[in-house]
Amino acid sequence: MKVIVNGEPREVPDDATVASVVESVTDAPSGVAVALNAEIVRRADWAATTMREADRLEVLTAVQGG
Amino acid sequence: MEASPLKAPESPNPASEASEIEYSEQASRSEPCEWSEAMSTEHLVIGGEKFTSRLIMGTGGAPSMRALEEALTASGTELTTVAMRRVNPTAHGSVLDVLRRCGIRVLPNTAGCFTAGEAVLTAKLAREALDTNWIKVEVIADERTLLPDPIELLTAAEQLVADGFVVLPYTNDDPVLARRLEQAGCAAIMPLGSPIGSGLGIRNPHNIELIVEQAGVPVVLDAGIGTASDAALAMELGCDAVLLATAVTRAQEPARMAAAMRHAVTAGRLARTAGRIPKRRYAQASSPWEGIGGS
Repeated sequence: MKVIVNGEPREVPDDATVASVVESVTDAPSGVAVALNAEIVRRADWAATTMREADRLEVLTAVQGG
Repeated sequence: MEASPLKAPESPNPASEASEIEYSEQASRSEPCEWSEAMSTEHLVIGGEKFTSRLIMGTGGAPSMRALEEALTASGTELTTVAMRRVNPTAHGSVLDVLRRCGIRVLPNTAGCFTAGEAVLTAKLAREALDTNWIKVEVIADERTLLPDPIELLTAAEQLVADGFVVLPYTNDDPVLARRLEQAGCAAIMPLGSPIGSGLGIRNPHNIELIVEQAGVPVVLDAGIGTASDAALAMELGCDAVLLATAVTRAQEPARMAAAMRHAVTAGRLARTAGRIPKRRYAQASSPWEGIGGS
């Protein structure tokens, strides 16, 4: 199915979870947060949260700024 | 701080008392050789947390992670801002690693947000990613000036305070807005000296003084600092701390400028608390008139 990850369209398996998609964009063990369709998904819930067609996933981390 | 006619009759902010600056007059009398920011009796207190350094740093604009680390170390800062952005799989090194190595507390910001809704979501993402409920709220109106949008800023601040955040708002140098932000429960007020990255210094020192006079929470001069004298002036005007980034990170020698800022903030604070002489229209001789030879 097709989802949007950090603004880019991406094809993922039908059983994809938030955890599996996050793993595909970063291997950082911490310092990362996720919003699924503009709602925060806590790290503890990543593995149990399945992706659906056309979902928008944002994966953010801290960068230099301010 | 003295009471001011501008001060709201009652502060609805329960944290304001705890957030006030601790200052012991007695402590100022001893050890004159050790005047420095290390004076343990005079901490900056924000949201119940104590800081020895009154210089809050940003991390934007540094030419490299190594230059950033050297500058942060030279600045003596204990609190430093980061922005939240989409992960970049090709990025090398993380600003978080630098802060961890330096033992500096992280202060995420909501830079780049134009609405209260965006700022609130960014703050929640930062809390989740960085395990802190501290947030520098920044809601800008346009990209050309990067000036805060006061309506969106106040809305975001109210929502974030209600959600348990320790809110440090980047705001205009408007005493009325500053008061509204404090009444909303913000842990500090962070007025700009001039636009972000402009290096124009403090364009309206009178307003900064008004904000300081009425504030029951720490006032942090945020944005516009160009060089050390600007930072010293902020402290002489009564600000409790200075937040700066560009002036250091884009200086030709960032670590050297960071050291300059560290000294400037300390000097300005000492000057403020020492009680400067009044300005006079005419001279006042510092040498005695009596006993001049040959007269």
